[in-house]
Amino acid sequence: MSEKKSGKRPDGRAYNDMRPVKMQVGVLKHANGSAYVEFGKTHVYASVHGPKKVHPRHMEDGEKAILRCRYNMIPFSVNDRKRPGYDRRSVEIAKVISEALQPMVFLEEFPKSAIDIDLEITQADAGTRVAALTAASLALADAGIPMRDLVAAVAAGRANGEILLDLTKEEEDAKDAVDMPVAMTHRDNKVMLLQMDGDMSREDLNQMLIVAKEGCAELAKMQKAALREKYKVE
Amino acid sequence: MENEKTVKEQLEERDADTSTPSNDGTKIVFTGDEIASGMDILPGFGTYRNGEKIYSKYVGLIRTGDRVVSVIPLKGVYMPRVRDYIIAEITGVTFSNWTCNINSPYDAAMSPMDVREYIDRGEDISKYYTTGDLLLVKVTAVTKSKYINVGTKDPRCRKLVDGLVANIAPSKVPRLIGKAGSMINMIKDRTGCMISVGQNGLVWLRGEKETIAADCIKIVDEFAHTSGLTDRVSEYLDKKIGKVNPAAIQTESEETAGDGSNE
Repeated sequence: MSEKKSGKRPDGRAYNDMRPVKMQVGVLKHANGSAYVEFGKTHVYASVHGPKKVHPRHMEDGEKAILRCRYNMIPFSVNDRKRPGYDRRSVEIAKVISEALQPMVFLEEFPKSAIDIDLEITQADAGTRVAALTAASLALADAGIPMRDLVAAVAAGRANGEILLDLTKEEEDAKDAVDMPVAMTHRDNKVMLLQMDGDMSREDLNQMLIVAKEGCAELAKMQKAALREKYKVE
Repeated sequence: MENEKTVKEQLEERDADTSTPSNDGTKIVFTGDEIASGMDILPGFGTYRNGEKIYSKYVGLIRTGDRVVSVIPLKGVYMPRVRDYIIAEITGVTFSNWTCNINSPYDAAMSPMDVREYIDRGEDISKYYTTGDLLLVKVTAVTKSKYINVGTKDPRCRKLVDGLVANIAPSKVPRLIGKAGSMINMIKDRTGCMISVGQNGLVWLRGEKETIAADCIKIVDEFAHTSGLTDRVSEYLDKKIGKVNPAAIQTESEETAGDGSNE
């Protein structure tokens, strides 16, 4: 993949570079598990509560736990004040994230209970859903919830005819921009989430997948490092 | 087609450099880490098998037996098991039942039949135990759909009066008790407190130095994954109440709920 096109991006990255990533586990004192993730100017807090009793009771499943997710951008996370509360977009993202994580969690170990994931976007600069998913996966592990594997997520896309990893808002606003969030498991690169909007060729899709796979691998290492950091002994 | 090949190659490369993720000096493993391989090894608690290999379900510590490998999680909720001794708080009384909070996603029910006292038919059961009471109880039944029954028909079970309740991750209770009760006995002896440890991670303390004992429990919770834990706690006690002092050893000796050999 090294023989690729022109120069650098507006922020000086190569086409397959992530923005500076920061991860921290156990940042919230009152949650069972929590994580903070930064992809450049995108900042996300994730908290996990549970397994706990299900309220309202009619949502309860006698065979397994339910995994509920809430995605929220706080009003000052974007330039124009975001009107607080649920909207079409946040409901979609919450659904997509919980469905990406559900196959990873051993839900059947906790019948009749609920695991709640809360995702707060404190600052947004594209790629919030992937940053949130990365944080959610860490927070679940931190909460001591049994899982098959961790999940890392990153967006790949295309702007001005070039395939790029981890687009910023600036890049996403290009005329021909395509954005493709991808989530993969650490061990065997199983795709847990893949969304796409915009037109792209098969060739583009393959290129993006390759770039995204690299990005997920890099994130996977950072996720492990963040968990290790929490239990480091001086 | 050409690209599909590249994806596959990349996949193999990835596998190659993440296949040895754990064990860099510490015994901590992470969710999804491979911890053993081969059909002659059995997956124990906190692990699962996929093909030949065994993976961890938790962020936790590895325990290897002769043929079994398991992972002790560092966090998590209490899942009730029959014959556990746990600390329960009564949260509700009906004419025929008590409901208890047992620090778990599930509530427990206690029937007057399972209580040590003799209760006549039609008697008001809240005379015996009522909302807010703290009890050391034994888990008598757990069904598949997590209906939990507890009872006090056991010499260890009793009402816990006064004192305070501390919290610890349920998976760290064996660590708090220590080998043959070494850790918990040291805390009891040095602080002179009565201590009852429930498998559900609730610890009841009573005595003059109960806050010091509670701090010790906090230390165990925080540093359970490190070695030299007893020294760490003992050091803290030295600082707080001075070196071993015979006058302090007038413990009202108290049974603990677990035996430390708990898997």
